[in-house]
Amino acid sequence: MIAVIRYNAGNVLSVMNALGRIGAEAVLTDDPAVIASADHVIFPGVGEASSAMGYLAASGLDEVIRNLKQPFLGICLGMQLMCGSSDEGSTECLGIFGERVTLFPGGRGFKIPHVGWNTISGLSGPLYRGLPEDSYVYFVHSYYVPLSADASASADYDSIRFSASLSAGNFHGVQFHPEKSGEVGERILRNFLEAI
Amino acid sequence: MLAKRIIPCLDVKDGRTVKGVNFVSLRDAGSAIELAEFYSRSGADELVFLDITATVENRGTMVSLVEEAARRISIPFTVGGGIRSEEDVGRMLSAGADKISVNSSAVRAPDLIDRLAGRFGSQCVVLALDARASRSMPSGYEAVIDGGRTPSGLDALAWAREAASRGAGEILLTSMDKDGTKSGFAVDLTRVISTNIDIPVIASGGAGRMEDFRNVFVEGRADAALAASVFHFHEIDIPELKRYLSQSGVPVRQRGEYDDRFR
Repeated sequence: MIAVIRYNAGNVLSVMNALGRIGAEAVLTDDPAVIASADHVIFPGVGEASSAMGYLAASGLDEVIRNLKQPFLGICLGMQLMCGSSDEGSTECLGIFGERVTLFPGGRGFKIPHVGWNTISGLSGPLYRGLPEDSYVYFVHSYYVPLSADASASADYDSIRFSASLSAGNFHGVQFHPEKSGEVGERILRNFLEAI
Repeated sequence: MLAKRIIPCLDVKDGRTVKGVNFVSLRDAGSAIELAEFYSRSGADELVFLDITATVENRGTMVSLVEEAARRISIPFTVGGGIRSEEDVGRMLSAGADKISVNSSAVRAPDLIDRLAGRFGSQCVVLALDARASRSMPSGYEAVIDGGRTPSGLDALAWAREAASRGAGEILLTSMDKDGTKSGFAVDLTRVISTNIDIPVIASGGAGRMEDFRNVFVEGRADAALAASVFHFHEIDIPELKRYLSQSGVPVRQRGEYDDRFR
């Protein structure tokens, strides 16, 4: 069973729809017992870091997530919340990864948000099985995780190279939206469910 | 490298596409969903559904269409037309739209942008800005509303800047001088707006030839380009357009063999 974590952040529907397209059955839930017993857990998110963390802390889901042992995939804000802290609202995050999430600098023709299809490279790990270097995926974000030792793929926006995805043990996070990235994104979701 | 986006726009009335669409490959040429799937398979980077339904009573049809599109299409899409309130936006986003666009309603009440960005996030708020050349405006362009019928009195660049500072995430910029002419995008207008604001600009209006797309990306500095009839009438084929742009040095997402292999 796949659990998609329901909390106060958007785009859970997009993830449920994408799982439906690849024939995977998922439940949308905020029940700690259901999440803890799932085979795979997906943590989506479009929204603001401090209010999302506040909600997770108040509901106790923060501890539930930290203690999970099964394959776990955070998407976009979900990945950022898995980091140590975020400059968005000066937020202490889950600390699964050590990185600090920072805002793109902006100005001088540097447009924020980083939105659209960008290539990912340095692909490593089972999430990218069967996908070639420089595959295109869809991003939309204003905050980013600098390139780090946990990065399993990187991307470039203007002069900045950042972590397109992070992996440590059972925990994985992607900055882009696999649920909106066409066939490449569906392959990544399928890899998460089948190869991890 | 971040790709320049190609965005087909589907005009939808009472749940059906308008503008005679003549794809022989579609079973139902009036089905917005089938057309959207066709474009998605052809390598469109995003889609826009523009609701031109005349009556409020028929807007419910648009919600069903958005739900169906969200289930079936794996690329982002924007819903525009007739969106006037936070409730309208909430309904479209809950149905599965990735972004919404606001136009005249934001000109009349600019704080709508602040409220939408605050509640739903800038990433889903697209300001549709219709502009016309005007010598009396500092930038040379005036924002117009009500489908181009009403001058707003606002300088197009000043309005674009204001919308960005209020939290719009992107600007869908349509040249009312060029729209429907097929004589090329408004390159000067697009450059004036795109180089003077720090959010992405989608150029719209006037697409006729593949060269027009190259020009609006290279000279107009657009981040994305939107067109309707050249795609609907099959005058421009998206894979061919992308090959042309790539050969012209414009970074675009070309679907690879692996995309088909995984279907």
